[in-house]
Amino acid sequence: MADVFGGVIEALGKIVTGDPELYGILYRTLFFSGTAVILAALWGTAIAMLIALNEFRGKTFIKTFFNSMMGLPTVALGLILFLLFSKGGPLGFLGLLYTHAAIIIGQAILVTPLLISIAIQAIEAVDPEIMNLAKTLGASESQASIAVLKEAVSGFLLSNIAAFNRAIGELGVVSLVGGSIVGGFYRTDVITTSISFNTNIGNLGLAVALGIFLMIIVFIVNILMLAVRNAPAIMGFINLPLILKIKLAIRKTKR
Amino acid sequence: MTIIAELNNVTKAYGSKKVLDGINLQIHEGEILALIGPNGSGKTTLLKILAFLENPASGEVKFQGEAVNSKNTEKVRMQSTLVFQKTTVFSSSVYNNIAYGLKIRKVPKTVRNAEVKKALEIVKLEGFEKRPALKLSGGEQQRVAIARALVLKTKLLLLDEPTANLDPKNADILEEVINNVNCENKVTIVMTTHNMFQAEKLPHRIALMNEGKITEIGSPADVFGKLSKNLARFAAVDNTFAGAATATSEGTTMVDIGNGVRVEVTSQRQGEASIFVNPQDIILSKCAIKSSARNVFMGRITEITDLGSLVKLKVDVGKLFTVQITKRSFLEMRLNLNAEVCIAFKASSVQVF
Repeated sequence: MADVFGGVIEALGKIVTGDPELYGILYRTLFFSGTAVILAALWGTAIAMLIALNEFRGKTFIKTFFNSMMGLPTVALGLILFLLFSKGGPLGFLGLLYTHAAIIIGQAILVTPLLISIAIQAIEAVDPEIMNLAKTLGASESQASIAVLKEAVSGFLLSNIAAFNRAIGELGVVSLVGGSIVGGFYRTDVITTSISFNTNIGNLGLAVALGIFLMIIVFIVNILMLAVRNAPAIMGFINLPLILKIKLAIRKTKR
Repeated sequence: MTIIAELNNVTKAYGSKKVLDGINLQIHEGEILALIGPNGSGKTTLLKILAFLENPASGEVKFQGEAVNSKNTEKVRMQSTLVFQKTTVFSSSVYNNIAYGLKIRKVPKTVRNAEVKKALEIVKLEGFEKRPALKLSGGEQQRVAIARALVLKTKLLLLDEPTANLDPKNADILEEVINNVNCENKVTIVMTTHNMFQAEKLPHRIALMNEGKITEIGSPADVFGKLSKNLARFAAVDNTFAGAATATSEGTTMVDIGNGVRVEVTSQRQGEASIFVNPQDIILSKCAIKSSARNVFMGRITEITDLGSLVKLKVDVGKLFTVQITKRSFLEMRLNLNAEVCIAFKASSVQVF
């Protein structure tokens, strides 16, 4: 029990004093997961649009495939990528194993099905007449597609937030293809691998501090997801004219 | 008369279902043409083809004398715009909705602002620019949709059931807008409607559609004046009944339309017959009055529809008759649902076909 309390107190101390080790891991984690989501969003959104806006044979199968891939165990994907990137593997010549790039690519692949599935739902939820509406107002095919995308923007945001949530909390891919290298310039340890490593060696202070950060990040991400989902309601709740009136009243009082 | 758009032997099918079957139609510049027909008769598909949103399976579509094909679709689409039956708005402000087509056409911002303001004035939504379009009522959204189409000043304006599901106030405003735009701006309008009252007063010509074909075309007076079997087939046409006609000793004919309702007509026709009584030709009173009308029936009001200055009533006399009276009469007579009333109409007012 004393160990646990000691760990929590040490963790709080590290957070408050700005421990470079702790904050280094935090920034690295945010960078890897953030970049992975941006990459996945680039190809994921394009794929989602192609699937959602076109009718073709096998569409249901592809949608089901991406849906089921959302539940892919991260360790399984990590193992596949490890075999691909390892020296004897088909992509071994790239020398990516245990590098930042490997983690980013791995996480991007991991979150792609989730991102695509949510994005498809978002596009399909857009009024099907929006495309025709844009066209009848004079839009070209590409301009009409952009109009549909704009309507699905909150769904895209949601897909990105959910993807980031999955990336930041996963352990399998980062530990297998990143290797959790602790020392040197090319450190690959992130929050999840560091929690695991430091707990094993009894460094509870750092592990707990990282755990607190991870929970805070997940909490913030979930609040963001809720905000995006309820965007219209929240916008309605914020009474802009009232806020302006209050500001004007305050200005008058100051004068 | 200049032809603005022309459909020659146009067909369209969705899978095995033929939606349009050999449509030949010429749309005259400056006219209001109403397409009427039962659901599934192909009216909306025809509008979509005229808006160049759908391609015909076969046949030719011409716009201002030029055949429309995949190469010039986007160009001709700039001259024709469709307002959908189910109001669709972008999830943005009213301004952004109305300005969308102008932005596509690269109209400068100052001109755009002025045009949006003018369009909002036309549809009586002044000052609505900054409001979120999705938060407007159905009627207001439909008016935004009309403004969004009007602002483009296209040569052809296509309206799919523009007043369907609107309250009388919004419907009145839209009808006025349609009329004004046609009269003042000389915009050619093709619209679909199920509202027979609207079809009688708004368009210059009516095209009856059934099972993907245009079965009849002419002025409202022509089409409604000598009500055809095609029109009578539509469930939407009120006061159309089928029955058996027999001669009376007085030289008139009695048509038994069932449920004990026998209608006296002046036609000499015998045997199977269909009859039509124009709702405007029926006199409604609270009790039976002495008049020259040969057909007098007592019944109860089962439905009341407010049409703005007019009120449409359904009266059950054994068969359902539709009666149209002014709102003032309706209020003065203090009518309500289930009220017992008397309807009367002359034998000569009944059309037999």
